[in-house]
Formats: sequence, structure tokens, C-alpha cells
Amino acid sequence: MNPAGSVIVFTVSSGLGFGLLTWLGLGLPDVRGWAAFWYYALGFGLAGGGLLASTFHLGNPQRFLKAFSQWRSSWLSREGCLAVAALTVLGLFAIGALMSTVWQPLGYIGAVLAVLTVFATSMIYAQLKTVPRWNHWSTPVLFMLLSLGGGGLLAMQVWPAMILLALVGVMQLVAWLSGDGRFESRGTDIGTATGLGVRGIVRAFEPPHTGNNYLLKEMVHKVGRKHAVKLRIIAFVLMIVAPLGLLMVSCEVPMVILAAILHATGTFAQRWLFFAEAEHVVGLYYGKR
Amino acid sequence: MTTLPKTTQKKLGLVIDLDTCVGCHACVVSCKGWNTENYGAPLSDQDAYGADPSGTFLNRVHSYEVQPEAGPAQLIHFPKSCLHCDDAPCVTVCPTGASYKRQEDGIVLVNEDACIGCGLCAWACPYGAREMDQAAGVMKKCTLCVDRIYNENLPEVDRVPSCVRTCPSGARHFGDLGDETSEVSKLVAARGGMDLMPELGTKPVNKYLPPRPKDVIPEFDILAPYLEPVASTQKGFLGWLDKALEKI
Repeated sequence: MNPAGSVIVFTVSSGLGFGLLTWLGLGLPDVRGWAAFWYYALGFGLAGGGLLASTFHLGNPQRFLKAFSQWRSSWLSREGCLAVAALTVLGLFAIGALMSTVWQPLGYIGAVLAVLTVFATSMIYAQLKTVPRWNHWSTPVLFMLLSLGGGGLLAMQVWPAMILLALVGVMQLVAWLSGDGRFESRGTDIGTATGLGVRGIVRAFEPPHTGNNYLLKEMVHKVGRKHAVKLRIIAFVLMIVAPLGLLMVSCEVPMVILAAILHATGTFAQRWLFFAEAEHVVGLYYGKR
Repeated sequence: MTTLPKTTQKKLGLVIDLDTCVGCHACVVSCKGWNTENYGAPLSDQDAYGADPSGTFLNRVHSYEVQPEAGPAQLIHFPKSCLHCDDAPCVTVCPTGASYKRQEDGIVLVNEDACIGCGLCAWACPYGAREMDQAAGVMKKCTLCVDRIYNENLPEVDRVPSCVRTCPSGARHFGDLGDETSEVSKLVAARGGMDLMPELGTKPVNKYLPPRPKDVIPEFDILAPYLEPVASTQKGFLGWLDKALEKI
């Protein structure tokens, strides 16, 4: 799949933002006044900024209001509805925190909505049978752990964040290792795609057009896959190993901030790989993966 | 609403005969011609006369080589457009309700006025049947020429999809695949019509008729004995060379 910048920024940034807002909603840390202002500004900035970035890959973003209508069937619509609900509830909770009159149940509701938002985001990808690498339970689990882990760093919840980052590391390995062979194991190949597989070995002889097209640009992205192993190592070290290492040395605030920055950078690399490594079955029609 | 209808009154669709398709791409051209000036936004081209031309097509013809275990390889031309699936994953993922399957005839359509151009339906489709128009920013797909098949301003013979009307080899058939007595259903039953990627559970309405087995020409053996090579082994110097080289 094409690793579009807007979607990478959207998923990483809103993941971190909703993760931070989840912790704030739980009252961890229980901040008031100006401290609350800065925490919530960061949370809403990341979550809202991410959502804004997601509109940059739309062909007709001016019709975005319609995207709240199909929550009964569409994960993308559910994500939009949940995001707005989470931001509204936590916005009210934040106003309370700024004025030092906290009504904690509102924070709990907001935290649940924030977690559900990230779940809905992940399900946009995990629901797609056409992309076997994503179509697996590890996708939502990884997205939610990453959100809570990264958000935990931003919320200065060092010990919970460290445990969550370790779990992210385990899940990331599960996702990579189990995802590598999933395309083949699903049994979809050029033979089933064309229905001609029972007759012999099928080979794509001529594409429909000599030029490029939307399908190939969007879904048969190959650039960068050759560096996948190196990028996986870079992503894993920055996202998991380096922050954990730093936090084991010291839990001082500057160290936590540095760990959070490294973690976010690694998550961008991880998310780039999430798209770049994902192979869509439509490539089979073109004799590609 | 982007939930799918439980049943549709009709299952209008195409039956494509891979045995008779000659790969002329006339259906591609006529599809683009009809659909660029009728339903919805035109099918735009980008850099059409430049170095890197591309454009929106609702129908594309691939060509595949199939090498059986024995015998020569076969070349099969393979037109591909929306299969108007019964369990269309492109419909349920749509966040705006722009993508829908019609209850009355099963045609999958996009209401372009509601499409935000997120592209998720194209990701959900295994067949590459949906393409985002780069000029209009909305999703384009085969409409089964919904503006022809019910169009009483057209002569009756033209009330079929443009690709079907155009095909010079009779490789494309249009009809109600939900009606077992229809011509297309009989054709599918007689020729073993097949689904593409059935393992993905999309339940396509469109069917593909597999190529018939190639004829085997019987060998005429009246004169054959006279045409046998007279000497099967070399004699003289070449014969000696052959033997000598064998021994090394």
C-alpha cells in the first residue's frame, strides 16, 4: 500500500494524542490549572492535528460531515463519531480541570471513548480481507498498546508506560513475524484471482495499459520494501529499545521527554512500514505484489 | 445507508466468455466513451499526451499466459470491471453512504455528491474495480450502464451496457443472474461459469466462462511412415566423432 504522508501523520499523531488524553481522563496525572492547560493542549493538538491531517488525503474534504452518518456499518464513520465524542467529553473534562473543578466520571467516560477511537482507527485497516497483513487481531491490539504506551510517556506515567512499551515490543514482533507469511497462507494467488489456476501456471502476460494507474500507485507500492529489515530494526530500536533504555537510566522529566520523542520518531518509521509492507491482493492481477 | 440489502429482486450482471474474448479492448474504449459523458463526473485523463499518461477506466483488459502441465501455453484475454458482488465489501466500508447496492437490481453504485474521496472502498475491493478520479476526487466504478439499460429513449437493442453492445466477438453477456431461467444463467450453468477469488467471500454476481479445451488435431499417418528419417545414426566421420565424443 502507498504510505501516504497524511495517513501516517494522522494515525501516529492521533494515536499518541488519544493515548495521552486517555491517561488524563483517568486522572493520571491529576493536573489542574496551567499544568492542565499544557497537558490538554498537547493531547488535543496531537489528536485534533492528526484528524485534520487525515482530511488531506480526501478528494472532497468539504463533505466531511457526511462521514458521521454510516456508523452502523463503517469503521471509518465510527472512528469519526467516536473521535468527536471523545474530544467533546474530554474537552468538558479539561475545562473542569482548568478551573480546578474536576468531575471524575466524565474523565472515565472520555478515556473509554478515546481508547475506542483508537480501536476504530485500527479496525479501518484490520477489517480489510484484501490486505492479509492487516487482516489480523494483532493490528488493533498493537495500535491500542502503542497509543496507551506512547500516551503514557507523554503523561509522565513512567512505570505503566514502560510495561506497555515492552508489550508493544512483543506485539510488534508477533505482528511482523506472523504477518510475513499471511498473504501466502490465505491461499489467494494469481490462479484464484483469474480463476485460471486449475488449468496450469498463470503468468501475467500483458497489463491493460502500458502506463501507470490509480490502482498501482495506491495499492502496489513496492518502493522501500527492499530496506524493510533495516527499517524494522530502526523502528524497533527507536520505538521500544531506546525509550526503555533511557527510562531505566533515569526517570527525570527531560529523560522522559527525550524517550517520548524517540518513541514518536520510531512510531513514524513503524507506521511507514505498516503501509509500505502491506500487500493488496489486486496486485496479483498485474503479476505483482 | 451503506449496509447491504439482504436480498435483491434481480441480480443484474455480466457474463464474460474467456473463450471468445480476443483482447481487442473495444469494450474498454466504448465504456470510457459512454461513461465519460453520462453518469457522474467525466473519466479524466492525466498527462494524456505527455510522457506519463494515466487515466480513470471502469473496465480494463488484462492478458494472461496459462501453461498447462502438458501441451502449449495458452493466451487468455481477461476483461475486468466491477463484479457487483452480493456481499460487496466496498459498500459497507463507506463512511458517507455514497457507496450503495440497489435493492431492486443489485447494481453497486456511487452517489458522487456524497463521496468524500477517501479511497477506502477501493482498498476494500479485491478486484481493482474502483478507481479514484484524479480530477473530480470522487470514486468511479462500473454502473452497469444504469443510464442505458432502463433508457427508453434508446432503441431496445442498445439497452445493454456499452461494453456488451460493442463487443465484436460476443464475449460479453448481460442479464439477470438471479433468475435461473435467464439466458445468462443458462450460459453459466452450461459452461461452468466461475467466480473470481471466491475464497474472499464477496459472492460476485458477474461470472467468467473458462476457455474451452483446445482442439487436438489427429495425426495423419498414411504418409508418415515414408517421412521417417532414413538413417537414425550418423555414419562416416560424423559417426566416429559422435561416438568418440560420447566416450569422453
